[in-house]
Amino acid sequence: MGEFKVHRVRFFNYVPSGIRCVAYNNQSNRLAVSRTDGTVEIYNLSANYFQEKFFPGHESRATEALCWANGQRLFSAGLNGEIIEYDLQALNIKYAMDAFGGPIWSMAASPNGSQLLVGCEDGSVKLFQITPDKIQFERNFDRQKSRILSLSWHPAGTHIAAGSIDYISVFDVKSGSAIHKMLVDRQYMGVSKRKCIIWGVAFLSDGTVISVDSAGKVQFWDSATGTLVKNHLIANTDVQSIAISDQEDSFVVGTAEGTVFHFQLVSVTSNSSEKQWVRTKPFQHHTHDVRAVAHSPIALISGGTDTHLVIRPLMEKVEVKNYDAALRKITFPHRRLVSCAKKKQLLLFQFAHHLELWRLGSTVATGKNGDTLPLSKNADHLLHLKTKGPENVICSCISPCGSWIAYSTASRFFLYRLNYEHDNINLQRVSKMPAFLRSALQILFSEDSTKLFVASNQGSVHVIRLLEGSFKHLHTFQPQSGTVESMCLLAVSPDGNWLAASGTSAGVHVYNVKQLKLHCTVPAYNFPVTALAIAPNTNNLVIAHSDQQVFEYSIPDKQYTQWSRTIQKQGFHHLWLQRDTPITHISFHPKRPMHIFLHDAYMFCIIDKSLPLPNDKTLLYNPLPPTNESDIIRRRTAHAFKISKKYKPLLFMDLLDERTLVVVERPLDDIIAQLPPPIKKKKFGT
Amino acid sequence: MVEEESLRVVRCGGSELNFRRAVFSADSKYVFCVSGDFIKVYSTATEECVHILQGHRNLVTGIQLNPKNHLQLYSCSFDGTIKLWDYTDGILIKTFIVGCKLHALFTLACAEDSVFVIINKEKPDVFQLVSVKLPKSSSQEIEAKELSFVLDYINQSPKCIAFGNEGEYVAAVRDFYLSVYFFKKKTTSRFTLSSSRNKKHAKNNFTCVACHPKEDCIATGHRDGKIRLWRNFDDEKKYTYTCLHWHHDLVMDLAFSVTGSSLLSGGRESVLVEWREAAEKNKEFLPRLGATIEHISVSPAGDLFCTSHSDNKMIIIHRNLEASAVIQGLVKDRNIFTGLMIDPRTKALVLNGKPGHLQFYSLQSDKQLYNLDIIQQEYINDYGLIQIELTKAAFGCYGNWLATVEQRQEKETELELQMKLWTYNKKTQGFVLNTKVNMPHEDHITALCFCNAEKSENPTLVTTSKDGHFKVWILTDDSDIYKKAVGWTCDFVGSYHKYQATNCCFSEDGSLLAVSFEEIVTIWDSETWELKCTFCQRAGKIRHLCFGRLTCSKYLLGATENGILCCWNLLSCALEWSAKLNVRVMEPDPNSENIAAISQSSMGSDLFVFRPSEPRPLYIQKNISREEVQWGVFVPRDVPESFTSEAYQWLNRSQFYFLTKSQSLLTFSTQSPEEKLTPTSKQLLAEETLPTTPFYFILGKHRQQQQDDKLNEALKNELVQLPLTENIPAISELLHTPAHVLPSASFLCSMFVNSLLLSKETKSAEEIPDDVSMEEEKESIDSDEENNFTEEVQDTNNTDLGKDIIHQLSKSEEKELRKFRKVDYSWITAL
Repeated sequence: MGEFKVHRVRFFNYVPSGIRCVAYNNQSNRLAVSRTDGTVEIYNLSANYFQEKFFPGHESRATEALCWANGQRLFSAGLNGEIIEYDLQALNIKYAMDAFGGPIWSMAASPNGSQLLVGCEDGSVKLFQITPDKIQFERNFDRQKSRILSLSWHPAGTHIAAGSIDYISVFDVKSGSAIHKMLVDRQYMGVSKRKCIIWGVAFLSDGTVISVDSAGKVQFWDSATGTLVKNHLIANTDVQSIAISDQEDSFVVGTAEGTVFHFQLVSVTSNSSEKQWVRTKPFQHHTHDVRAVAHSPIALISGGTDTHLVIRPLMEKVEVKNYDAALRKITFPHRRLVSCAKKKQLLLFQFAHHLELWRLGSTVATGKNGDTLPLSKNADHLLHLKTKGPENVICSCISPCGSWIAYSTASRFFLYRLNYEHDNINLQRVSKMPAFLRSALQILFSEDSTKLFVASNQGSVHVIRLLEGSFKHLHTFQPQSGTVESMCLLAVSPDGNWLAASGTSAGVHVYNVKQLKLHCTVPAYNFPVTALAIAPNTNNLVIAHSDQQVFEYSIPDKQYTQWSRTIQKQGFHHLWLQRDTPITHISFHPKRPMHIFLHDAYMFCIIDKSLPLPNDKTLLYNPLPPTNESDIIRRRTAHAFKISKKYKPLLFMDLLDERTLVVVERPLDDIIAQLPPPIKKKKFGT
Repeated sequence: MVEEESLRVVRCGGSELNFRRAVFSADSKYVFCVSGDFIKVYSTATEECVHILQGHRNLVTGIQLNPKNHLQLYSCSFDGTIKLWDYTDGILIKTFIVGCKLHALFTLACAEDSVFVIINKEKPDVFQLVSVKLPKSSSQEIEAKELSFVLDYINQSPKCIAFGNEGEYVAAVRDFYLSVYFFKKKTTSRFTLSSSRNKKHAKNNFTCVACHPKEDCIATGHRDGKIRLWRNFDDEKKYTYTCLHWHHDLVMDLAFSVTGSSLLSGGRESVLVEWREAAEKNKEFLPRLGATIEHISVSPAGDLFCTSHSDNKMIIIHRNLEASAVIQGLVKDRNIFTGLMIDPRTKALVLNGKPGHLQFYSLQSDKQLYNLDIIQQEYINDYGLIQIELTKAAFGCYGNWLATVEQRQEKETELELQMKLWTYNKKTQGFVLNTKVNMPHEDHITALCFCNAEKSENPTLVTTSKDGHFKVWILTDDSDIYKKAVGWTCDFVGSYHKYQATNCCFSEDGSLLAVSFEEIVTIWDSETWELKCTFCQRAGKIRHLCFGRLTCSKYLLGATENGILCCWNLLSCALEWSAKLNVRVMEPDPNSENIAAISQSSMGSDLFVFRPSEPRPLYIQKNISREEVQWGVFVPRDVPESFTSEAYQWLNRSQFYFLTKSQSLLTFSTQSPEEKLTPTSKQLLAEETLPTTPFYFILGKHRQQQQDDKLNEALKNELVQLPLTENIPAISELLHTPAHVLPSASFLCSMFVNSLLLSKETKSAEEIPDDVSMEEEKESIDSDEENNFTEEVQDTNNTDLGKDIIHQLSKSEEKELRKFRKVDYSWITAL
């Protein structure tokens, strides 16, 4: 185990955008999350909360509502007045349809999944029929005076509740007429606020309507009589979201103070059948508004302006204390936003609407282990590349030589040639990129920067030869017949012979680049792949899965290596399996073939294949190796996993050369500092 | 004559009222609280102590109303008995002997003839909740040995046990877990706070528990100030809880209202918080209750709450969170620096009270009279804050002056000292600040005393300090053109070889001042402030110093730290006698030559009473207290006792009170506890039909006085005959006529007041005839009518009171007539 000079990069000024909506799909156990920039992410809750798919955002498409319908179909609606359906296989937008009611504030799919309801700015509630490949407008409900901010179906599908400003309407679905109008008290702690906005409603099967509003109230209404049954004042600020469990025995609300409250239906006494709703636990995992909440059978899920997605398991629903019982906070995307040109020591940072190119600083000083060396030359911001159009960048890459930059949006693919003349940079766009490259999910340059590999959302991988200032399309690896699954991860061997590509679900395909044909397919595994890399010399493919398993597969032998078999037989350390962020990057040491470098958001690890594997009794997270202890003790306690938690949250780590590492950190405090200020709360003792 | 029994040390009032939760009677008229070995019954309306239930031989640890008869009360005690009382009559009905120390008592309506008690069996720290079957028997003392075990390893405090849902389950908390025992299922659920080992949550120990009266809901208080409301606790997996957090320090007690609609909590913030509908946002406060809330109880009728506070008081609070009555005992929660003093005016015991206050405590009625704010600064209740301490106080000039010393020392070198002199204002009947002296000395003041001699017209005060000086302060004229005023100024500063001055004392006539400088006693002439002589015994620093009184005024007594008691003769300037005695407290009796000294030994404290004239003690009582006695004082008796036995004669004119380290106020008594009953409570026992109102007390006193008078009359054979109150028609009419047929109060008032003024009236009636006759003599012309009238007046003297009203009328008529007569007379002379 060697010592490294580490470039500790903290100038990646990345701020994730706030979460606007979350929608939980019970059938597939997936969670859709939409952000304020229009990005929609799909998390697979069965696969350790891995973010397996995402749809890039668009400046004009601010989503206000997100819902699953009819099993696997995902719809969103936003302030541009359009209803959008997403294609979850091809990872693009199936179609967008204008509802003609002005901005859409709310949307709800009927319990049987055949109808879709949207609430619009003009006060109209529109019913759409969901057909197998599209949606079709059916009719309007009675028009209300002001915008419809929230909608909820009765579980039987006969009635709906619509929250507006100052009142809640109950509609009969058959006739489309409002049967009740329930006025909400504007009073807030004795002071009459201007308006009371109903941010959320939930319709229970016994006819109770639960509403949350801007005055901080959670109110229970009887929809049969249109009367208020119970009032819980829970916050001094807005209560912005509500989600109810399928059993209707608990629900969760989120407030603008960042608190999430859990309400439970508990029996009044143990021997009576009378039950009442009781506010039980408050959770303060957010600093800002909780804009969206969801209730999965075992967990409360919340997201808000502070960009965290928090998954809080309900202890009483968890059978055994395991990995699922821990609180989860997802802040960073589970994909790479940084690419590195090793030879030129350049870093390319990907933002939603621009790319930044930085040259790392350098130092001439030397020091002891653990010293911070002074910089003799500061890091240089070389390039700020703004994207054209309103679309977000999907992916980007810089070539290892640093002379090519490629990025893609939903509609276009861009390739740039960089020329370095002393301190000046000359940027030249390569024009006439073919249209089939658009909406690429992953871009990769070969080690010698002569080839460009592009994984497209149609399941194909394109190989392009790069020439000085131009390109040539060499080949397209077509997906196997019958699958349209898009490819999201690519890895190329350093010698350029092998290309590994993985889709959103299991399979990893290995292609021979020389012969331009499929070499083999790695046996499928239950959990999605989070990172791929091919080792130099041995051409071993290292695959990390979202359940924290790491496999090593020998491409020439078309089988798992002996080391991989050994570790599968013995099993990983339980602490290793309990880490909660996926491995996002794997790299190798050019001189030490036994070492594998990998990292997730909270640690980086060097796996030394020559050392014995740890068992559950040994300490996994050992402190820095003591320098003055005898060699024997060190050897006895040493095991294959050398883990450092010094740098976190870690977005990127790579080996620049044999003795130099670059790590890109993004401290959470810096993100919070760039967010709008949270609601000021009086804190006792200050 | 009092029958002389052996002299016993008795606890005299001032015992803790806040030891356990108070209990209300079913009609909320009375509130019960344990107080040492007694149970006190207070009226919630008048704050008066109505009964003292006596009978336990050790600390009473729990009281509960009998659920089957709400006019009865159960109590348990460390003496191992459960007693059943009739509290309206103050009668002990039954005693159940359990045998082991009982720490708390719980009763349940559904539990047939059994009660629950907390006992500790084997180890000193392991407590058990057991149910005790109370056997039915007609005898007075019954053995109740049938114990059945309910819960083990519980907290000894009754606040940590609560019965819920009409006795279906019992909840107990200890350390970090809550256990719930279900009586029907006979199962125990246990809930541990999972984060208890976490450093961040290390303070979430349970402190108290309460159960919702209607619903399955348990409220628990925690050390970090949180309140948790547990529900669904019959399922160990699906249980859930809500947090309510307002308190910043530990939650001392919790109580649900009778209907369960609100939860009350209190703690060190001295604020009673009412959580309505168990909602965090819906809460009401009753702030500024003065001291930490130790217990909260709710009346069964639901109209009153009662909070017990750490400064030994109970506050009765209405349902609408308005404090309606305060029952204040002797404040005890702080160190006593000032010692015990007697206010010469009120004869009240004076000592440190609330922080920064002097409390005036009436020993006769066992009630605090008032608190005098000395420091006059807001008290900030915070742990570790160095407060201003009231360290010394002294009364002078028959209660006209009060001197106080306060100090605050944050560091070794930073001493803040202030001396205040207060004058008694007759108009406001209170002490008013007269002079404030900043830094009267450079260092701690060790003693201060007034010159209390009768002849001295100028008030004089002496202070001694560790800085080696003693200062004499006198009252001087401080008038200016705006107002007449007096103030205190320093008159003389004395020192002796830079020794620290430790004690000072004036002789009885005020002519001599004795000041001790460490081991040396110096005698100064108070006229000229000349050093007269010095005594030095080289037996350690002088701890106590006092002059003898009356016939022994030529002696000076000094007690040293090395355990030597010296007596010097001031005439011969020589040591009269000395004795080996480790004196802790030395107090002279102001009414006699006696001096009481309490010595401390490893066995306990012993009392010696002696006269300075002879080294042989008059009286010795060994082992008066197990712990150290800190202060003592002689309190002059209102009515001298007449003990004939030589040993007890020292108690004839004064009573000796002393305060131990654990702050129990003790005294000596020969009377049995029954005889100690105050007359008022005796009367209340006899007269049940009358409501106990202030009005009743007026009548009661009046009647007693009249009875006494009647006695005197019989003895001295006086002519004046006084009627009995019962026979006054006005009063009997008032009391026996139903309220709705009574005439208006204004009409009755004059009748009633007149009837009360009887005794004086008869005197004046006696005088009037003389007066009239004198006038008659003066007058030359008399009318027959007038003569007749005077005769009639004289007749009325002897008539029964039935004609009282007529008599009154005649008096006024007579006055009128006299006026007429005077007019007539002048007119005649003019002719």
